[in-house]
Order: sequence, then structure tokens, then C-alpha cells
Amino acid sequence: MPKVTVDGVEIEVPAGATVLQACELAGKEIPRFCYHERLSIAGNCRMCLVEVKPGPPKPQASCALPATDGQDIRTDSQMVKTAREGVMEFLLINHPLDCPICDQGGECDLQDQAVAYGRGGSRYDMNKRAVTEKYMGPLIKTVMTRCIHCTRCVRFSEEIAGVDEIGALYRGEDMQITTYLEQAAEHELSANVIDLCPVGALTSRPYAFEARPWELRKTLSIDVSDAVGANITLQSKGREVMRALPRINDDVNEEWLSDKGRFMVDGLGKRRLDKVFLRKKGGLKPATWEEAFAAVAKAKPGKAIAAIAGDMVDCETMFAAKALLKACGSGLLEGRQTGMDYDVSNLAAVAFNSTFAGIETADAVLIVGSHIRWEAPLVNVRLRKAVKRGAKVYIIGPRWDPTYPATFLGEDLSVLSKLPKDLVDAFKGAERPAIIMGGAALAKGALGAGLAAAEKLKVVRDGWNGFNVLHFSAARMGGLMLGYAQKGGMADIAAAKPKVVLSLGADEMDFEPFADALKVYIGHHGDKGAHAADIVLPAASFAEKDGTYVNTEGRVQFAEKAVFAPGDAREDWTILRALADALGVSVGFDSYAELQAAMIAEVPSLGEEGLADLGALPKADSKAKAEGAISAYPIKDFYLTNPIARASAVMQQCSAELLHGEELKEAAE
Amino acid sequence: MADRHLAPDTPELRARWGSFAFSPEVKAKADWHIAKYPEGRQKSAVMPLLDLAQRQVGEETGTQGWLPLPVMEYVAQYLDMPVIRVVEVATFYFMYNLVPVGKFHVQVCGTTPCVLRGSDNIIAACKKRGMVKGGVSADGLWTLTEVECMGNCATAPMVQINDDNYEDLTVDRLDAVLDALAAGETPKAGTQEPGRHTSEPSGGPTTLKQMVDANHDYRGEW
Repeated sequence: MPKVTVDGVEIEVPAGATVLQACELAGKEIPRFCYHERLSIAGNCRMCLVEVKPGPPKPQASCALPATDGQDIRTDSQMVKTAREGVMEFLLINHPLDCPICDQGGECDLQDQAVAYGRGGSRYDMNKRAVTEKYMGPLIKTVMTRCIHCTRCVRFSEEIAGVDEIGALYRGEDMQITTYLEQAAEHELSANVIDLCPVGALTSRPYAFEARPWELRKTLSIDVSDAVGANITLQSKGREVMRALPRINDDVNEEWLSDKGRFMVDGLGKRRLDKVFLRKKGGLKPATWEEAFAAVAKAKPGKAIAAIAGDMVDCETMFAAKALLKACGSGLLEGRQTGMDYDVSNLAAVAFNSTFAGIETADAVLIVGSHIRWEAPLVNVRLRKAVKRGAKVYIIGPRWDPTYPATFLGEDLSVLSKLPKDLVDAFKGAERPAIIMGGAALAKGALGAGLAAAEKLKVVRDGWNGFNVLHFSAARMGGLMLGYAQKGGMADIAAAKPKVVLSLGADEMDFEPFADALKVYIGHHGDKGAHAADIVLPAASFAEKDGTYVNTEGRVQFAEKAVFAPGDAREDWTILRALADALGVSVGFDSYAELQAAMIAEVPSLGEEGLADLGALPKADSKAKAEGAISAYPIKDFYLTNPIARASAVMQQCSAELLHGEELKEAAE
Repeated sequence: MADRHLAPDTPELRARWGSFAFSPEVKAKADWHIAKYPEGRQKSAVMPLLDLAQRQVGEETGTQGWLPLPVMEYVAQYLDMPVIRVVEVATFYFMYNLVPVGKFHVQVCGTTPCVLRGSDNIIAACKKRGMVKGGVSADGLWTLTEVECMGNCATAPMVQINDDNYEDLTVDRLDAVLDALAAGETPKAGTQEPGRHTSEPSGGPTTLKQMVDANHDYRGEW
């Protein structure tokens, strides 16, 4: 642990720290553009210059200089001040002074640091460099004249995303950042370069000229586009959510966010259900709440009422529906809309036990039936880090491009019971082996075989549980904790022939078996569920209500209400509470606080933010065998997995251009 | 600085170079370069391979050679590396031509010592012969580029034509060199000053004169 002196104060810094990190530990702000904690060190912006003794009598780039014992670092000397002013003046030589028309204005590192560390004026009076704009796809807008060549975007796409597509061409003042032949950036995390860009060179295309950062109201929320539960900030102006930005949470999303989570928010304003609809003579006609509730009451469901939870509902909604059903005397709850019927008697067996931060340290990983890049792009980032540290990855399932070296073991699940020798050897030599079971494997009933393989490969050891199930529905873990699972899955619900089916935003389910039932859709988007429903009750989306979400790790997180739901739409729990009155039963809560208290009383872990204790893994049935081949992964189109994304024009464009671009081109020819 | 840009990606370019592949001799050389690096580090050989590719293109077109995009893609594929990384290297170094050049690529140094010794005249003489900066002359023989210092300041002004330097130039001497090249001859490379061998002082040595013929101990004179 080297001891250094920063501006006269001696501090101890961790071994391997840089001078910049030492200064930060001492509470000094060091301006920087190219340095980023999660990327490799480039040292090319020179903004972080400090004075270091012993050393050459000139300012040194602190981001690339290791802190060593006895260093005397000064961040407040005249030399440092002059150096910063000089660097800033050079950076501004070719940077256009177009802040009034720049979307980065107000959240621009260059702007802020020019004010704080610049000299106030430029002595440069010649022509500035101009660079043509580069096309980087439907999400990233480029104004490359503003680029200061920090290369953060280049390093991000190479190191974190693992798709080398952004590069720096030419040299010196002619240097230009571009993708090869200006093709669109084609990966699921591409838009993170917008956050990384310290200037206005890469900005958000859908959000272009929409709002200024100081006009936006910021609300802490949780991304519901997948089961990772990335922490986000919803930024809204008036009644509209303008954008979603990631929040830093090292345990979950570090500081990244998938393109879907970031850009599906424009779907919150499209195809919304903002009126009550009743099916009359085959068509859905606008109606009043009273008519709708009367229609439900008329069906007289008694015990024959079922609730199907959608992929994006919060725990409170699910609990309210559960309470309603319980009051009616029914327990027909299910959340696995597509008919999966894996065993949920032990929740640890269906959770991501190693945690996302933990999977980074795994040294042998077997992925069974999961297209992780699409099902949880942020987990793929973690796996990529693990591989960089030397982990070996094996994948059972159809081929996909993981961005890191991996061995594909074929599509047949029977491999699980007769694992190839090199895999067994790799796991034998591993200290932290892990298995990740995906949706495709669960659908094929491979959970038992997975647990058996986990036992055989000894993935559970002292202080390490490497058995993981990766869900991709934000509501899944919460639903399972609240008992939204039947032994036989959806088939059991269909067999029970309910008279009333409450669909809580369930759009992926098959409505065919419920042809005779009264289908009540409580949701926010006019998607498949609303089309099949007899009664549509407009509800709030994740942005329009407070709610608890549990990610696939079993991490309980709380999202806050950012805006009000449009039109007649109400928060889901109030609808369910009113339904209870219509059906003449009592659910035992009259306010959100009471509802939450009742929920926490039933499932205490939902009351505490953080990892829920799901207990130990069950004893595996060593005879469990998996059969059949995984023909395809459940996600067919990364950009259109949920009703909000399907309503979003940006996501539709991404899907058309990035996933079906080739087909479009052929059609045009 | 030279105005460099990539040749546009057109169907014609794809048709002409889409099927580019190393000839067996070039392939042997390429593999020799790759073998210099440890396994898995084959992409370290990108620079020699781009040079080989450029030379092969040169042979196929009867010019100094250049790097069309499909050729860069071939090199990227050969080295199993992302094509953007290859393009980064090719656009960084001026020795890789990004657009077609003539048979002789005349690179005139335009940095201070050469300017002081008359490189403006050299450039004017080149232009007078029909050369255009960055383009190919009408007869397909010449491409003119003004470059920064080539490290021959002692024998300024100089030009580099393909793999050889021609130094101590005057307009007449340059014309002689270019005429010889045009006629298919191989003029003497290096300094064009009669009696001068390399970059030694013209007019004979000015210091350490006693060292010219035999070793001499100067220490007593210090």
C-alpha cells in the first residue's frame, strides 16, 4: 500500500492505483475526458495533468501514471493550472462553439470543464476543422466535428460490447471516428457510447432536440425489458417520459443499459389503452368503468377465476390480484405465459444464484439453452469479462455469436447427462464453475437434468453457488415468490376451466384454451392480450406506478412513479381493488401502503431491497434426464419482446434495420 | 498534410477486387511474417501483410499498388481480425495508398530543409511534366504527393519514388531521373551529386579530416 502526498495531505492508496485514483481518494477533482473507470487507459486527452515529484519537471498525465510510495502530487499548483488551461485551449481549437444547438448542452463534460478549467477565451483565429457526419445506425446521432478523439466509444465497443465496429481512421488532426463503411452499430449495448461520449459527437438520435437536461424530472426506476433489473433513471417532461438513462449499480448493470431498455420508452406514449373497452357484437367498444365491473360481476365467477401475470408487472399488482383471487377462493395463478411448467418448489433452483457480479469471477461456465446476448445483454458483458480472465465457456443450443470464444456442444439436451470429457476436465480444474440455464432449456424440461449436472460438476461449493437460471421476464422472480405458478403451468389453468381470466398485461399467452371464459385484460398497451380480451381495463405501465421488481438473481428493487398514466388508465392495484367490490369480496387493503404491508407480511423478503435469501439448492434427482433438441431460442426478435417495445417506433426501426436489414434490401431490389 | 480518403465502396470496386487473394509466393511470405509472432497474435503481422497486398495489387495493375477495401477485408479475414482495425492501420500510415496511384509514386519532401534547398522548384517541375497531386497523370505513369520529412535533410531536396530515394536534386537532375524511369531504365538511387557517396559533407570532410585515411588519436589536441 503506497503512501503518497496529495496537495500536502498524506494518504495511503491501494497497490496498483493510478495517480488519478490517488487524487480522487484524497477528494481532489481531476478533470478528464478519455479516462473511464470501466475502460482501458488511453491517456490521449491530457486533461488530467498533475505535477508529480519525483519525476520529470513537467506535468504528467495522472490517469496513466502508477501511484508509488513517496510521491508528492500537486493538483493545485500554477503548473497544473497552466497545463489544464493549455490542454483545454487546444481541445477547443477544433471544437465548434455550437452549444446552443447541441444536445449535450447542460450535461457536457467539455462544457463543464471548459468553465471550470479553461482560460476563458481562445487565441486561435484560423479556420476550424470540419468532419462529415458518420452514420452509426438508428440510435446514435453523430456530429463528428465536435469529436475530441477521446476514443471512449472505440474502447467500449471493443472491450465491453465485444463487437469491433467503431474505429479511429486517419491520423493527427484528420483523425475520424467511424464504423466500417458507416454501417450501423449492431449490438445490443450500442447506445451506451452516447453516455460515454464526453462531448456532443455521439448523441441520442430518438431524443434529438427533445429537451434540455435541466427541464427533466428524474425518477429512479427499474428497467423491465428483461430480468436483469437494470437500474435506470426515467427522465420526464410534463406527462411524457423523454428518455431512460442507466444508474450506476455495480451489482446489477454496472453503468450500462441495453438498447431496448433505453429506447423503448417512446412506446409508453403509443398504442396506449386509455379507455375502458367492452366487447359488444364481436368488436371492442368504449365503455365506462361501471359497465365493465358490472360485466365482470355478471359472469359470477365464484371460485372459477384465474389470473395470468404478464412479463412486466410489479409485485404489488400480482399480490393485489392474488388477494382478489384468494378472497374469491381461487388459487389459479400463473405467470409463465408460454406454458413452461418447471418445478418451483425450491426458488433457489430457479434463480441466478452466483449473482451477476459473481459470474464475472467464474472460471468455467456451461450455458444451457440461453441466447444470453438477447435474453440479458448485461449478463453477457459479465461473461465476457470472465472469459477475458480465462474462463472457459460451453454452450448447449443453437449457435449464436457470444462475442467471446465458446465451445458449442450441439443442440441436443441429452448432452447434459453425458457431458464431454474436456468440459468435465475444465470443471474439475475450476475453482468457481457455473451453469446457466436459459428459457429454452426450462421449456424443454431440462431443469432437473441441469440440477443433476450441477451436482455432478460440483458447482456448489463453500461460499460459491454456481447454479443459475436466467429468466428474461422482469416479473418472473417476483411472480414465483408470490406463487404465480401451477404444477402443470398454463395447462393446469386451462384444465380448471375458469369462468373469468384476469390477464395482468399478459400478451404472450395463448388465449385459445380460454375461449369460453370472460377474458379481462388489465394492461397498458393495445397488444395481443387486448385484442383477445372481452373487457379491457386500462392500467399503468412501469413508469406510471410505484412497484417492486425482483430480478433473476432474486434481487428486490423498488421503482418509483415517474408520470401519470394517460386518459382513464388507473394504477393496476386500484382496478383490482375496485373489482373486489364489484365481485362482492374483501381483499383487506384500501391503500397502496396497506397493500404493500400485506404483501410484505406474506413474503417478507419483498420488503427489503437487495438480494432475497432463497435458501439452498434442492437435492438433485440424479436420474433426471433431459431429452430433445433446442430448435430455437424463445426470443425471435431482440427489439420487440414486450408490448412497450412493440409499440415503440424506435424499436420497430431497430428491428427492421438491424435485424431484418438484409431482407429489406433484397425486397427493395 | 496529405488529403487522404478511402476509395468509395462501389460495385465496380467489388467486381474488380472482390476475388482478391494472395498469390502462392506472396502467401508464403505472408505466412513467414505471421510465424514471427506467437500463436494467437497473428494480427501483429497486419503491417507487413498490408504491404504485401499493396505490392501484389501493384503487380496486377502495373502501378506502385494501393489498397482497395475488398483487399483490406481479405487481409482482415486472413489474420482473423476485425476489418475496422485493418482500416485503422492502413489509413494511419502514409506508405499505404488508399486510392489508385501511377506506376511511379513521386513523393516530394516539402518540409523546411528541403524547402530551403529548393523543393518548390522540384514540385513545380513535377507539375510541369503533367503530374497532379494525389491523382494519376494522363499517361498513367506518375502520381505526385507532397510529404513531410523523410530524414534526408543533409542531401535536400529529395524525392522518394516507389522504393528508392533520389537526393541532392535540381530540376535538371530530377528530369534526368524521371526520364530514365519513364524509359524503363533504373537510375542510380541516392544522391545525384557527382562525387558524393551518401550524406557526407559535399566538398569533402570539414571535421576529423585526419581520420579520412587512417585512424588518428585526437586526444592530445583537446
